[in-house]
Amino acid sequence: MKSLMEIATKKTAEEAGLGYRVLVCCGTGCIATGALEVYEEFVRLAGDLGNLAQVELAGEDPCMHQGRIKRVGCKGFCQIGPLVTVQPLTTGVKELFYCRVQPGDVAEIFEASIIKGEAVERLLYKHPHTGMPCRNTQEIPFYSKQQRLVLANCGLIDPEDLEEYIAMGGYATARRVITQMTPQEVCHEVLLSGLRGRGGAGFPTGRKWLATLEAKGTIKYLVCNGDEGDPGAFMNRSLMEGDPHLVLEGSIIAAYATGASQGYFYIRAEYPLALARMKKAIQDAKALGLIGGPIFGTKFSFDCEVIEGAGAFVCGEETALLASIEGERGMPRPKPPYPAQAGLFGRPTVVNNVETLGTVRRIFELGVANFLKHGSPKNPGTKTFALTGHVRDNGLIEVPLGTTLREIIYDIGGGIPAGRRFKAVQIGGPSGGCLGMEHLDMPVDFDSLSRAGAMMGSGGIVVMDDSTCMVEMARFFMQFSQNESCGKCVLCREGTKQMLGILQDIINGQAQPGDLDLLAETAQAVKKASLCGLGKSAPNPVLSMLSLFKSEFLAHTERLYCPAGVCAELKTYVIDQETCKGCTLCAQKCPVGAIQGERRMPHRIDVAKCVKCGVCVKACKPMAISVA
Amino acid sequence: MVNVTASRQGQVSPRQFKKVTEILDRFNGDSTRLIAILQAVQEEYRYLPEPVLSYLATNLGLPRAKVFGVATFYAHFSLAAKGKYIIRICDGTACHVKHSQHLIDLLEKRLSLSEQKPTTDDYLFTMEIVACLGACGLAPVVVINDQVYSQVTPEKLNQVLDQILIEEGQQI
Repeated sequence: MKSLMEIATKKTAEEAGLGYRVLVCCGTGCIATGALEVYEEFVRLAGDLGNLAQVELAGEDPCMHQGRIKRVGCKGFCQIGPLVTVQPLTTGVKELFYCRVQPGDVAEIFEASIIKGEAVERLLYKHPHTGMPCRNTQEIPFYSKQQRLVLANCGLIDPEDLEEYIAMGGYATARRVITQMTPQEVCHEVLLSGLRGRGGAGFPTGRKWLATLEAKGTIKYLVCNGDEGDPGAFMNRSLMEGDPHLVLEGSIIAAYATGASQGYFYIRAEYPLALARMKKAIQDAKALGLIGGPIFGTKFSFDCEVIEGAGAFVCGEETALLASIEGERGMPRPKPPYPAQAGLFGRPTVVNNVETLGTVRRIFELGVANFLKHGSPKNPGTKTFALTGHVRDNGLIEVPLGTTLREIIYDIGGGIPAGRRFKAVQIGGPSGGCLGMEHLDMPVDFDSLSRAGAMMGSGGIVVMDDSTCMVEMARFFMQFSQNESCGKCVLCREGTKQMLGILQDIINGQAQPGDLDLLAETAQAVKKASLCGLGKSAPNPVLSMLSLFKSEFLAHTERLYCPAGVCAELKTYVIDQETCKGCTLCAQKCPVGAIQGERRMPHRIDVAKCVKCGVCVKACKPMAISVA
Repeated sequence: MVNVTASRQGQVSPRQFKKVTEILDRFNGDSTRLIAILQAVQEEYRYLPEPVLSYLATNLGLPRAKVFGVATFYAHFSLAAKGKYIIRICDGTACHVKHSQHLIDLLEKRLSLSEQKPTTDDYLFTMEIVACLGACGLAPVVVINDQVYSQVTPEKLNQVLDQILIEEGQQI
């Protein structure tokens, strides 16, 4: 086996003397908007340019026209993809960042940026406040306010190139840990770092590791939980797509610390690219002897494989995930025994989230003292979030724990799109809660969130503006939890069904007196008595929305009115008396005879008879009928 | 390519078990790999035909109930034949707040589909509503077979459907 150092030196030498580098983001988002075609066009033109340099420009420095076109992982700003970073290395021009690049733009980028060293202004991102073009990511608030620790290499390196990862210092940390530290020391180091699991509950990773290490048994397992099922979250996907070796290196460290000899990466089937890249990373690492047998000349050996999920949200719960790897229905098991004592196939197992494992490598690379400088004392480190919904700039971000929601939404996300107002954020998906205006200045960390009745979850932040109906959102989350409830315990199976039924009645305008109390009572019961995390947290969205937006619920139940104008059954149709010409068309079309009025006189709708079918709105030529 | 005729009839001829046997061999008949085996079978047939499930149960030495239990638990497995084009509409939170419901309404109306009847009679389209494809920055997202469509509006979805129908030589 070649030493890591040799590989790194060789790779660095290859890169030296290049005239330019072009990084084409090839994450799922950018590929969907055509990044692969853009990449191929760059490769084609780069080939032409290389040949031209040899033929016509023989006298000049040939390096200037030798470049490297790279496919890199997710840069996080998928909304404005495909993203292309051009690094002219000889013209003295700084890096240029282009968005919404199409194959037709490639020739222009070559001509202007690589040969002449100028920016193609129309492809630059415009600053959200000043409207000025931003030449690179440091000038874009979406990027400049982030602190990228886990995602540091995402969007910079080719995720399918192991040598490049090694050239960036990869696997040196795992090597140092395994050759110089004992497993106990590794666990204690992680305990000292205060790292908390990034998958949702925030359990201290060091304690989990120590418990697995101390558990009796010769065979132990490591499971990397990449079953990121929260709707509105894609952090783990991006990390596995953008820097799979970081996760693998973290896993090697975790396996060493816990004594696990076999690892499983459980990745959901909805992420085909993450699956493919993780599989390739494992295959490449095996080929190089980094995993598979004894590692780094020690007696410790570790092997791993990828398991593809089959579409069940509950498998994000660790015991259900283990059942799924065993080929069973993904149903949770009661704890204790905890997986650390009896997990996969009844053996001690440590289950860690993708991001947790990514963070582990950084902790040992930076050292605990330096790691603790990020984030807040009880919640050290950074956290990746998927910032989506009604916010100007959507995407994947990484900030220190303890950053406020305001900074995330307004500074990084650029605020709410024009014409609308902020209403709420849903954090932590269907297990998390809803936060309103009063929480904007609250620091986002594990403790503050659980105090506010929300939950970190895996880190999806969905911003909602005032066009969103909170009752409908509560129904949406309940529908999700109801669909995904595995049916094992009664409270979750039946409770979520009843809660969904009540919410549906409220939306349909058929609420009974006392429904809101019944809803809250059922929610508490489900929360208390469900077996697993899914059931225990399923009522969170409803409870937090009930406490924050009680008046909106009351408007639905008592006044049969939906303030956001979303719930179809609660809409009221009104004829504007000024605009109505009395043509009688609406009255003729109304299937229930709810519209009355004299010819050439303004008409009126009898609310009691109206079935809200909307036929009159379509029939009215002067558009006098509106929906409130 | 998809064998529409075979899947339409929902029947599997005995010689097609050959593929299943190959799959079983690939996994050494290991019953703990049941999910991976079912995935491989579904990749081959595009759904899980009942005779194949029984065949698997016998060969893996598992009760049929266990195999059917697993096959019906996970959302990815389908016991019914699917259409040539599988239209997956994302209704995750980010897509939902950006009105993915309008896209669902459009499909249900234009193709006369519903949750109970997700496949068209000619087995051309199957509609699936999925919770989050992890491309929230592009919400709302629609995936047709492997092609991802971003920031989809009802108009855009209509155009895509038109395009597919033209390619299939059908009248719009």
